[in-house]
Amino acid sequence: MSFDVNEYYSKLDGGDVLMAFKGDISSELISNVLEVVESRMEDNSENSKVRKKVYNVLVESLQNLYHHIEILPEEMHEEFDSKFGILVVSRVEGTYKISTGNFIKQEKVDVLKNKIDKINSMGKEELKDMYKFILNHQRLSDKGGGGLGLVDIARKTGNKLDYTFERFNEIYYFFNLDAYIDFAQ
Amino acid sequence: MEALSIEGTAKTPSVKFNGQEGVIEIKGRSIPENSIEFYKPLVEWLEEYSSTPLDLTQVNVQLEYFNTSSSKCILDVFKKLEAIHKGKNEVIINWYYEEDDEDMLEAGEDYESIIRVPFKMIEIVE
Repeated sequence: MSFDVNEYYSKLDGGDVLMAFKGDISSELISNVLEVVESRMEDNSENSKVRKKVYNVLVESLQNLYHHIEILPEEMHEEFDSKFGILVVSRVEGTYKISTGNFIKQEKVDVLKNKIDKINSMGKEELKDMYKFILNHQRLSDKGGGGLGLVDIARKTGNKLDYTFERFNEIYYFFNLDAYIDFAQ
Repeated sequence: MEALSIEGTAKTPSVKFNGQEGVIEIKGRSIPENSIEFYKPLVEWLEEYSSTPLDLTQVNVQLEYFNTSSSKCILDVFKKLEAIHKGKNEVIINWYYEEDDEDMLEAGEDYESIIRVPFKMIEIVE
């Protein structure tokens, strides 16, 4: 049986949720989400250090989606927008949890998985060195992506990245990524 | 040469490059999805300025947020400044960060370790 994206989304969209969205990930959507989450955190009088980290990680998470999202084929449009992604920002057990999800082609799964595992195996100093190396040696893609997003998220959160890849059909997997920012900084 | 002045937006910083005074300022948020387009005129301006720079160029970078797409373009801006500094003209980069914003301080230190230009880390106390 294929992975049920909607059921998965409804499970995420529970508890103390600041923002939940599923659909087309556009530049305008990103602006709106950032504005809403920023004002929610101000309403909660969250301390500025945590607020900044959440904002930074949110920017990178959303822009990772924006840059890497698969344009879905027409036969999936009945159920999903063509640049379908999900985002849920919630408060879970002393952390802000930023979850994103998107379809990924099966042949790209291993590369991404290896990249995240490598990042998760690194300590603070190694991540810093990796960040600086990529910053200094890798060129931006035409769309402006630089391959730094995940490394930056790992550095800013100081936590491991949680992820799953669920088989959707013979072409696509659904990739879910959770980043956690601790309240007490 | 003509000054470069760009108003800030929710996703892009305000820019004031003044060649007469040798003062260069980038301030605000830099989080566009694609930063190449935004930073292109800045790098081009510096390219022109580097042919006849002042003895001292002061650079003020005061960013509240910047994304990883911008981080590469900011490096490109700094590389232009490094070339001016190599040409025996003084350049100072003042990197501002808000009190307790260790991530922003660290980001400044990352650049400082890559770019051969003197940096001054300046904490903004509210």
